[in-house]
Amino acid sequence: MRIFLNDDAHDVEPGTLAAALESLGFGGRKIATALNGRFVAAAARPKTALADGDRVEVVAPMQGG
Amino acid sequence: MFYGVELGSRLLLGTARYPSPAVLERAIKASGAEVVTVSLRREGGSGRAGQSFWSFIQSFGLRVLPNTAGCHSVKEAVTTAHMARELFDTKWIKLEVIGDDDTLQPDVFGLVEAARILSEDGFEVFPYTTEDLVVAERLIEAGCKVLMPWGAPIGSARGLNNVYGLRALRAHFPDIPLVVDAGLGVPSHAAAAMELGYDAVLLNTAIAEAGDPAEMARAFALAVEAGRAAHLAQPMEPRDMAAPSTPVIGKAVLGG
Repeated sequence: MRIFLNDDAHDVEPGTLAAALESLGFGGRKIATALNGRFVAAAARPKTALADGDRVEVVAPMQGG
Repeated sequence: MFYGVELGSRLLLGTARYPSPAVLERAIKASGAEVVTVSLRREGGSGRAGQSFWSFIQSFGLRVLPNTAGCHSVKEAVTTAHMARELFDTKWIKLEVIGDDDTLQPDVFGLVEAARILSEDGFEVFPYTTEDLVVAERLIEAGCKVLMPWGAPIGSARGLNNVYGLRALRAHFPDIPLVVDAGLGVPSHAAAAMELGYDAVLLNTAIAEAGDPAEMARAFALAVEAGRAAHLAQPMEPRDMAAPSTPVIGKAVLGG
């Protein structure tokens, strides 16, 4: 199944957002996520199923003004 | 002062655009700031920049004010705010909804809408706004207990573009904490904002892009303190004609 993570295409096993993030190297990282433009809390990631073509945003802390 | 939090410093400092983390660290310390602004950006599976920046910021033990910089729509700003709340573990959000790319002027219509949605969801919103009085009223109705009008466009170093407007805003909302956010270039701009009775200033580029950021941070800290003290000391009113400071009575009459 193909998802788009921060606009980049990735082929992942069908499953949850948490599983996809783990497989893509985000396990244990300080990140926040959105799925198709909607916020998904960390606690909800293991219960959030992904579908083909889903758009996932992954953000981390950075400098800001 | 801000949503029930009393701060010792009236200078809020941005963390972007410094030449290096070491320079940022020195600037933060020299500024005396107790609140620093932060943001969030995409990070890939192999990236570690966000994690190391967060550890670095946490090492100072300061309060963080995450922003929604770069957001152009209500939906984008609201989603970003939710991600920031989880990531930084704070209800505070510096809400930016940008309406114009050249001036980075706030889209005040989207700002009010986003402020209402976020306030109802438990956020403590610091809206980046203009000095418009009616917009200010709408933001307060939407739940904002702090307002952050711009001094001038972000990063422009123009200072207080509309002193009249900022003074009117202060007069209309004497009990709402007001922060001049953006556009300051030199410490005298910050002092002027504080002399108007503003509660604090928020700045970034003026310090980050100075030749010596730490020294400029110290200069801004002094200016903020001076401006605040001057406000409390009740400045005299300007007048058009001269008034001799030395008493004339008793002056020797020495002829022509």
